[in-house]
Amino acid sequence: MKKSNVKILAIESSCDETAAAVVEDGRKVLSNIISSQIDLHTIYGGVVPEIASRKHIENINFVIKDALKEANVTFDDIDAIAVTYGPGLVGALLVGVGEAKALAYGLNKPLIGVHHIKGHVLANLIEHEELEPPFVCLIVSGGHTEIAIVKDYNDFEIVATTRDDAAGEAFDKVARSVGLGYPGGPKIDKAAKLGNPHAIEFPKARVNDSKYDFSFSGVKSAVLNYQNKANMTGEKINVNDLVASFQRAVVEVLVEHTIEVAKDYNIKNVAMAGGVASNTALRSLMEEKCSEEGLKLHFPSPIYCTDNAAMIGVAAYFEYLNENFKDLALNAVPNLEL
Amino acid sequence: MMKILGIESAALVASVAIIDENVTIAEYTTNFKKTHSETLLPMLNEIVKMTGVDLKELSAIAISGGPGSFTGLRIGAASAKGLGLALDLPLIHVPTLDAMALNIYSSDALIVPIMDARRNQVYTGIYKNVGKLEVIRESMAISIDELLDILGEIDKEEKIIRTVFLGDGVPVFKEYIDGNFEIAHDFAPANLNRQRASNIAMLGMEMFKEGKTMVSDDMRPEYLRKSQAERERNVD
Repeated sequence: MKKSNVKILAIESSCDETAAAVVEDGRKVLSNIISSQIDLHTIYGGVVPEIASRKHIENINFVIKDALKEANVTFDDIDAIAVTYGPGLVGALLVGVGEAKALAYGLNKPLIGVHHIKGHVLANLIEHEELEPPFVCLIVSGGHTEIAIVKDYNDFEIVATTRDDAAGEAFDKVARSVGLGYPGGPKIDKAAKLGNPHAIEFPKARVNDSKYDFSFSGVKSAVLNYQNKANMTGEKINVNDLVASFQRAVVEVLVEHTIEVAKDYNIKNVAMAGGVASNTALRSLMEEKCSEEGLKLHFPSPIYCTDNAAMIGVAAYFEYLNENFKDLALNAVPNLEL
Repeated sequence: MMKILGIESAALVASVAIIDENVTIAEYTTNFKKTHSETLLPMLNEIVKMTGVDLKELSAIAISGGPGSFTGLRIGAASAKGLGLALDLPLIHVPTLDAMALNIYSSDALIVPIMDARRNQVYTGIYKNVGKLEVIRESMAISIDELLDILGEIDKEEKIIRTVFLGDGVPVFKEYIDGNFEIAHDFAPANLNRQRASNIAMLGMEMFKEGKTMVSDDMRPEYLRKSQAERERNVD
């Protein structure tokens, strides 16, 4: 089995982006095509699984063809087919998994199943040639809030998770409640820049029996209560101040716990991954704290933070090196564990 | 000789078949609760290995295009689209209910496949298959009462001799049909009462000869129904 010039065609359809990419040797992205459905879901205030699945089946061949074309390769040049098989929306995952299996079978190429979150974490390798394990990675998105220790390319340990809402989910709920709409993350990020993050003191939830775990339902409820109270007394709310203060409460906890893990495990490299890793307040506070502690911070460009297939192609390369291939019975696993 | 691959996963049945112009070369059909994602391609691999057919010999891939289980249809569609793209083969979108009607042949009966569509509806169509399949009513999602009304109207225009019901709607509505439908009727027996991929391939071959093919990129299932979110939004 060859180790270099390995070109992998990767497919990702775990939520509402239909994506395909060609990646060489786990770090070089030859193409990265994303067909976003965000406009379709905005009117529903969130992703509708059935609509997402229908769009995936309509888009998928076009996206794959575009990825090959932009990479200037044909199927003959591809060494393996990779696909996200979990976690995610089961109906959405099944489209990518079905397509990838049929491609691998029809082309007689190996099939690689990739964990979506592993993809997000290893997306950091694309733009940081020097980054190697071990590193600590904060994963923050609409569905995930985790801190992972990446011991090796294929060896991850989750040391922190959320007890209730994912950070991105809390952003979405608060944004909806204050009338900023969907998707909440970018809207709050923008509004918070115009507000005073110290205007309101929201609780920073600690989880009693775990040093690193998160809980965001408390701060989310505190925001909603604040709003209700203001509505009852007729007090006018400054939405920018409110979301800036909420964002600070969330971001401070994310940063504190990540730094604690890095210090406790004596790891010098810190990374971020997932959609919320694009949040500007999170990035600047994480940068500030990392530099105070002498840690080196890495994060991907926004295009590699959202759901994309390039990151799946990166993670797949390390499975390819281990010859960890899947057979035609591969199924989607909506709650796939790391 | 022309060979067509048929794929069927619209309901609980998972089925794959390869036929040529004279005969079904191989067919593999299962009807139990394992997800199609786990069964469909391994079953295809099995018949390909068994018969030594090279997938490159195929002329086209016929896919059961719906209506049916939304997820089931998409697993079939993704498999067909991936194979079409990999092998550079055209696809044929075969209406699921039309293919089910092929279970009854050379009969003067009206053939009525009914698939349980939940929410008190069936996916159904009305057919005759004396020698060549004739579509009397195209695929629709209606209540069993509406279906029996339509059959009554047809009977008024031209006396129906017999009616044959088949499909997974039968166990759900058999008793109701017996009690409310006065025209002579039968329920197809166990070997003829579900979907099968050789029917998809057979109808697919006829459509292929008529030039009714599509590029794999463009294939999408015919659900006959909007998503729940869209329906509820339209109600509001």
